[in-house]
Amino acid sequence: MIILDHVCKTFVGTDGQVEALKDVSLTVPDGDIYGIIGMSGAGKSTLVRTINLLERPTSGHVFVDGTDMTALTPEELRKKRREIAMIFQNFDLLMQKNCLKNVCFPLELAGVKPAAAKKRALELLELVGLSDKASAYPAQLSGGQQQRVAIARALASDPKVLLCDEATSALDPGTTHSILELIRDINAKLGITVIIITHQMSVVESICRHVAILDQGSVAETGEVSEVFADPKSRAARSLVFPEGNIDDLFKDLGPEQHFIRVVFDGSQATSEPLIAHMAVEKGIEASIAYASMREISGRTYGSVLLEISGGRRTVEEAIEYLTRKENVSATEVQPHV
Amino acid sequence: MFNELFSSEAWAEALPIIRGQFLLSTWETLYVTVLSTFFAILIGLPLGVILVAGDEKGISPLPKWIIKVLNMIINILRSVPFLILMILVFPLTRAIVGTTVGTVATIVPLVIAAFPFIARLAETSLREVDPNSIEMAQSLGASPWQIITKVMIPESVPLLISNATTAITTILGYTAMSGIIGGGGLGKIAINYGYYRYRYVIMFAAVILLVVLVQIFQSVGNKIATASDKRLKV
Repeated sequence: MIILDHVCKTFVGTDGQVEALKDVSLTVPDGDIYGIIGMSGAGKSTLVRTINLLERPTSGHVFVDGTDMTALTPEELRKKRREIAMIFQNFDLLMQKNCLKNVCFPLELAGVKPAAAKKRALELLELVGLSDKASAYPAQLSGGQQQRVAIARALASDPKVLLCDEATSALDPGTTHSILELIRDINAKLGITVIIITHQMSVVESICRHVAILDQGSVAETGEVSEVFADPKSRAARSLVFPEGNIDDLFKDLGPEQHFIRVVFDGSQATSEPLIAHMAVEKGIEASIAYASMREISGRTYGSVLLEISGGRRTVEEAIEYLTRKENVSATEVQPHV
Repeated sequence: MFNELFSSEAWAEALPIIRGQFLLSTWETLYVTVLSTFFAILIGLPLGVILVAGDEKGISPLPKWIIKVLNMIINILRSVPFLILMILVFPLTRAIVGTTVGTVATIVPLVIAAFPFIARLAETSLREVDPNSIEMAQSLGASPWQIITKVMIPESVPLLISNATTAITTILGYTAMSGIIGGGGLGKIAINYGYYRYRYVIMFAAVILLVVLVQIFQSVGNKIATASDKRLKV
């Protein structure tokens, strides 16, 4: 379990102080996939770096499996960091070493014998599907492949926690999807607790169980992903769920028979079938699109749509049932907060 | 000065000297250059590492005054003209080599002149290492020493090699000057025959040979630097 207990971080710059984190408290259960989302400058990267103490909190405590990270000696901290692996936005592979050596790197640091390290590294490259790239150099790989090598490296020291700092932000949506699949697999197979820092709603939606929304250094909202997204209470959460539409305006004159359903497409093959038109024909449910942000990559659709539906509770339930029958489509009713 | 280059008499006079002395002189120049560069790197590279790692924002910050003193020494040594430095370090040369004249004796002032230069080159090379790579190593529990030996130096090898090439060609230039205090090599020939005895043909021949040596060092260095850079592999 990871506990952040009233963590504050203040940077002292040339033109005064910047409060990057203001009294942040979070609890991440073991084996969870926990998303931390916020706009750029919200303090996400600083927050994740306080967990392995790459950033030392100005005040407050960080507990990883009961160990107070802030109380460790430098030597103890280095040892503890081996249990907390991290992957980065720009992959951060050693460019002068080949993939095998990159994966061996954490083992080399820990003093594992070269032969044993090599054996383990080859297993891990196999796990991430890159056993044929062992002797290739990072510059010869695509971004997605580099991140896979970075994941293999992160797993080399048998960590209990995997921190992902904008790990998919430099990747295209298709590659993002496959990297997230890999992370989900690792979480399921190895039981590693995963913390994902991102500014992309789709990342949280497709993989996280819990989410914390960070807004200007403070936690605006936490909870299960489905709950927070269906019913975003804070302004920061609402502006993330509906990045372009001012949802509050939509909800202003909401009649009792008006409902909003948020439909999320996570790589579904929805393009071959006009889903919303079919719903109207087959179920007689008419929906108008209040907001949409979609992208199509190699025949698969990613994004979300906010549908406005008139009708009773039954109609809403029917619509959600109809929409979610499709693979990789999820739908939830959005509650107004006025 | 230049018309002598077209006089057959001057050439007839110069050829035996060129044949008789140039081989040995070239060898002297080479070994003085290589040995001096080697010792200068031995001192300069660790200093460069200290300057980067011990920096306020480095991986293992040292007390500020140490870095300040180090910077001052390097700056002072770099601003003394080599000709003067050669004479200033006579006592040190005598203490180490036993004499202040001769080819071996010139290695001492060459090292003293070159290590601050190499320290600066090493410093700029090591500062080029992606700070994200260093953070990555820290996140994996690397100690400062491990970061230096397993990340900073290996990751900057191509740049270190091309900067070492710059250093070796500069030192080659310095060796030519050491002819003045009795050091051997092509510089001595250029000064003794060209400057003291107005035998310009010999001077030009020596200078051309120096130019060729610099060219060779530079192109070999560039080749090694490029070949060692794994970022350029396709």
